[in-house]
Amino acid sequence: MNRANAVALAVALAGVVAVPWVAPTYHVLLMLPFMAYGVVLLGLNLLFGYTGLVSFGHALFIGLGAYTAAFLTGACKIRSLEIILVVAAAAAALVAMPVASFCVRYVKIYFGMLTLAFGMVFYTFLLKFYKLTGGDEGMPVARPFLLGRDLGAMPKTEYLAGPYYFYSLAVLVVALVVMWRLVHSPFGLCLKTIRDNPAKAETLGISVRHYRWAAFVISAVYAGVGGALLATPTGNVDPTLAYWTHSGNIVFMTLLGGFASFFGPLVGAFVFIYLQDFVMSVVPYWRLVFGAILAALVIFAPGGLMGLFARRRTVEVI
Amino acid sequence: MGRQGHSRVILRAENLTKHYGEFRALRGVTLGVSTGEFVSIIGPNGAGKSTLINLLTGLARPTSGTVRFKDRDIGGIGPVKLAKLGMARSFQLVQIFPDLTVLETLQAAVAARLGRGRRIFASLTGDREIQDGALEVAELFGLGVRRHALARELPQGDKKLLDVASAFALRPEIILLDEPTSGVSTADKTRIMEILVRAAKTIGLRAIIQVEHDMDIVFGYSDRIIALHQGAVLADAAPSDIQADRRLVDMVVGRRH
Repeated sequence: MNRANAVALAVALAGVVAVPWVAPTYHVLLMLPFMAYGVVLLGLNLLFGYTGLVSFGHALFIGLGAYTAAFLTGACKIRSLEIILVVAAAAAALVAMPVASFCVRYVKIYFGMLTLAFGMVFYTFLLKFYKLTGGDEGMPVARPFLLGRDLGAMPKTEYLAGPYYFYSLAVLVVALVVMWRLVHSPFGLCLKTIRDNPAKAETLGISVRHYRWAAFVISAVYAGVGGALLATPTGNVDPTLAYWTHSGNIVFMTLLGGFASFFGPLVGAFVFIYLQDFVMSVVPYWRLVFGAILAALVIFAPGGLMGLFARRRTVEVI
Repeated sequence: MGRQGHSRVILRAENLTKHYGEFRALRGVTLGVSTGEFVSIIGPNGAGKSTLINLLTGLARPTSGTVRFKDRDIGGIGPVKLAKLGMARSFQLVQIFPDLTVLETLQAAVAARLGRGRRIFASLTGDREIQDGALEVAELFGLGVRRHALARELPQGDKKLLDVASAFALRPEIILLDEPTSGVSTADKTRIMEILVRAAKTIGLRAIIQVEHDMDIVFGYSDRIIALHQGAVLADAAPSDIQADRRLVDMVVGRRH
C-alpha cells in the first residue's frame, strides 16, 4: 500500500471511530448496516473482483448468519456475540462447501444462475418451515452479550450506538486485515490468475476448481459473519434477508464502489446505505432511482466510484 | 540445444490414433523424444499437429495407443497434473494474465511450482523463494526492465516471451511450444528463439518440442524434425536429411521452397 492510500485509510478509520461522538444518533445507527455489509462485501469481492465469479445468491449466507443469531439468542439461549459469530461462520462454511462444489463447475451466467437457485431454495425453506423459522414473520433477535457483558439494562439506541457500534467496527477491521493478507498471499495471486485466464492458470498447475471452491467458501464465511452482525440492529430476521433482491443489492454495492479495488466494495456499501436512506426520504420509488443509477454506472463508470479516482489500475508498490 | 551425454527417451507415443466421429485426425503415430533433444513437428494445416500436441500434453485422450512421459501413462491427465509431473506447454495464441504484471505472472508460476498456493495467510512479498525465482526468470527472458508492466500493455513479442517464460518458471523437464514465434515480427522471432534456447540451457531443460511453421526456425534450431501428413508420420529425421528431400519439403510445407 502506498503512502497516500495509507493516509486515506487512517483518516477514514478515524472518521468512523469519531462518528458516535460527532454525528446524530440516526446516522450512527445507519453505520451499523454499513459495517455489517462491509464484512459481507469483503468476502463477496474475493469471489467477484479477485476470482472473477459473480454470485447472485450470497444473500443465502447473509440469511444463514442472521438466522443463526436469532436462533442462538432465542431457542438456544446463547447470548454471547463471539459464539454467535463463530457459529455463523461455521454454518456458512458447512452449507457453502457442498453448494460451492456444484457452483464452481460453471462460470459466468451459469454460475450466477446456480447461486441464485441455491439462494431461492434457502429462501423458500425459511418461508415454509414455519415452526423452525417463523415463516414470513421471521424471528426476533435478543440483544447479545458483548465480550461476556450483559448490557440488557442499557437503552436500546445507546447500546447500538455505543458498545455494539465499536464491536461491529472491530469485527470489520479484523475482517479487513484478514482479507488484505489473503489477497496479498500466494493464494490470492493464484485467484487473480484464474480471474484473468483460467486455461492459462491450469497450465501452470493451478487447479482452477479447487481455488474457486476455496474462494467461494471463504466468501460465504464472510457473508455469514456479516449476516450475524446485521441481525441485531435489524432486531427481527425474516426471509427477505435471503431473497434474491438482497443478493442483487450486494452486487450493486460492489459495482457502485468498484470491484477492481480492495476498498471499493466498502465505499460502495457506505454510499449505497446513505443514498438509499436519502432517496427513500425524498421519493417512495427508491428502486426506480437506484435502477437508473445502476444503469448509468455500468455505462459511464464501469470501474465504480474508486475507478473514478484511479483512472487505470496502477502498479502496486509495497 | 545439442545432444549432451547419453540420451534416454523421456516422452514416447506408441501407435496413437484419434478419431473425431468419422474423421481420423491421427492414424498410428509413433515417436519418441530423448534427453537433450530439440524436436520440431511440422506439417501443413490439417496434418494433425494440434491433435498430436493435445495428446502429448494429456489434454485429450487418444482413441487408441499410449503416451508415456517418464514411464507414466499421461493420456488425458489434464494440464494441472501434467505441470506437476514436469511438462510445461505454451499455446499458439498467446496466453497471458492481462491484469497481472510481468513479475506477478512469473510469481504465480513459481508459487504453483513450490505448492505455495495453499498458503492463504502467507505474505507473497515476504516469500524470498517466490520473489527471487520470478525475478530470475524475468531477467533470463530479458523482461527485467518491464517487470512492473501489466501483461496487456506489453508489445506482442514480449507477451509471447512472457507466455513462454511462465512455462519455464515451472522448471519443467520438457516443454512443448505450440508455434512459439507465430504472430511476431521476423526480428522478434530470432530474438525469441535465442532467448529460449539460452534459457533452456540455464534451467537444465531436458527436451524441447515445438510445432512451427517458419522453416528457417525449424531448420535453424532443431536436432530432429518430425513431419506429419494426413495424420501420419511422413518423416522423422535430422534436419539435413529432411532438407535434402525436396519433394518431402514441398509436401509438408505446402509450397515450393
